[in-house]
Amino acid sequence: MHEKSIAELSAGLRKGAFSSLELTQHFLQRIETLDPRLNSFITRASETALAAAKQADQRIRQGTATALTGIPIAHKDIFCTQGLRTSCGSRMLDNFIAPYDATVVARLKEAGAVILGKTNMDEFAMGSSNETSWYGPVKNPWDETRVPGGSSGGSAAAVAARLCAGATGTDTGGSIRQPAALCGITGLKPTYGRVSRWGMVAFASSLDQAGPMTKTAEDAALLLQVMAGFDPKDSTCADEPVPDYTAFLHQDLRGLRMGLPVEYFQEGLDAGVAASLEQAIAVFRSLGVEIQDISLPNSPLAVPTYYVVAPAECSSNLARFDGVRYGHRCQDPKDLEDLYKRSRAEGFGPEVKRRIMIGTYVLSAGYYDAYYLKAQKLRQRISEDFQRAFEQVDLILGPTAPSTAFPLGEKISDPVAMYLNDIYTIATNLAGLPGISLPIAPVCGLPVGLQLIGNHFQEARLLNAAHQLQRHTDWHQAVPPGFA
Amino acid sequence: MSLTDQDVEKIAHLARIQLEPEERARYLQELNGILDLVAQMNRVDTEGVPPMAHPLHMVQRLRPDLVTESDRREAFQAIAPLTEAGLYLVPKVIE
Repeated sequence: MHEKSIAELSAGLRKGAFSSLELTQHFLQRIETLDPRLNSFITRASETALAAAKQADQRIRQGTATALTGIPIAHKDIFCTQGLRTSCGSRMLDNFIAPYDATVVARLKEAGAVILGKTNMDEFAMGSSNETSWYGPVKNPWDETRVPGGSSGGSAAAVAARLCAGATGTDTGGSIRQPAALCGITGLKPTYGRVSRWGMVAFASSLDQAGPMTKTAEDAALLLQVMAGFDPKDSTCADEPVPDYTAFLHQDLRGLRMGLPVEYFQEGLDAGVAASLEQAIAVFRSLGVEIQDISLPNSPLAVPTYYVVAPAECSSNLARFDGVRYGHRCQDPKDLEDLYKRSRAEGFGPEVKRRIMIGTYVLSAGYYDAYYLKAQKLRQRISEDFQRAFEQVDLILGPTAPSTAFPLGEKISDPVAMYLNDIYTIATNLAGLPGISLPIAPVCGLPVGLQLIGNHFQEARLLNAAHQLQRHTDWHQAVPPGFA
Repeated sequence: MSLTDQDVEKIAHLARIQLEPEERARYLQELNGILDLVAQMNRVDTEGVPPMAHPLHMVQRLRPDLVTESDRREAFQAIAPLTEAGLYLVPKVIE
């Protein structure tokens, strides 16, 4: 059952081929036996999952089921789940049980999805390898000596290893797309504001966005359909109608214009990854897509700009973790300042501290113009590059990550080397654009991701192009050998 | 421009993070590495470019000033490190 897509599982549940209880038990059993090798889950929710599965079966019998009723999924441990620990991969929140559900969680629950547990992640979503988690690194199911990518590394590994039917992730600079690429799954970062951020632990509020991580583009459409939409609880959530994503999947691609940014195919891109991209581009061509070169001249500035904006917003957001109302508190504080300083020193890991300190510095008196204001001006120029490109093309095609999954430990001691993993994904967050990563031909047995970027609110078009590629190829069906 | 050891000490204080003296050297090196990366921003002249306020140029929504939340103090304080009589307890601030 675990090899089936959400669309197939949904059909099976309706036909009565199996029940949600059987399906849920099957996935829980797989997590039990296989996850010790991967460490992709921080918290399992076996009992509540079984209860939710029974309810789902009742709904299916009553004929009130949705496409997601009875489908076992996992949430990145950044989404608040009432009564179930939300650690955000941090010692700071090791004891945190949220008193409410995030909007994303509430919507998926309402649709009848079953929550198997909470997936591992880089601490507070800061990292590109899942090695900054307080709960230890996640292993890549394709090669357990390699990273799964990050920060949504647990969700990516769990979906790739078929430990859940689909999962949620969040993406601030590539945290859905890069692990999706490194683990060989489909991952969509929607337009900024498309999905509510309410109840999602904040990292960089002008960049953060939640999205689905699945085996297929069709499954991503099914999850996004439920996740997307206006939420009065998030003041940055867009009040835009949500199209029927699955209806759009079958549209013909003839005449669609795709642009290849010359800057994304230069030095720094692994030759094997480039060759895989060529193969996929040939498939798109055969489907009638018109391919042309475009330029995003400010691309090289995206990473430096991001490492001002993201740390600045992180230092502000993470100021709330003060050891007073919830989260970790140090033992025997001698005064209030000692309580703050030691609680934060003990609760946060090194990468989070680095980013808080960079953010504190760039926002400190006298430095605002040189850093934050400069970065916001560059953000404007990066965004204008994309808008110019979208006058010529409908979608932009490029790599998701510069290489395949790298060995555990290789980059963790060099922050800047780690940051360069997101060189092709960061600009879309700065511009608020949607992007999707799709598995294409592997290199030396390791997955490779192709990224498509669309204009604001063009998720349907991205999913359509992705689905058509997957209809004509089988790269997305590959399962890691140890997890078949 | 590079940070000094004293800068790191000051930043850590502003961020309310306790740093042990032996940790400071490593953070000094790493923060300077990140700031070197960030300095690439200066390659581009941004004179006259308007700073981006929002990726979709949206404005902040307003809502009527009505009570919409119920009192959930007990649920919120159940996860607090230390409370008493409905209050969050911290070390004495005023002598």
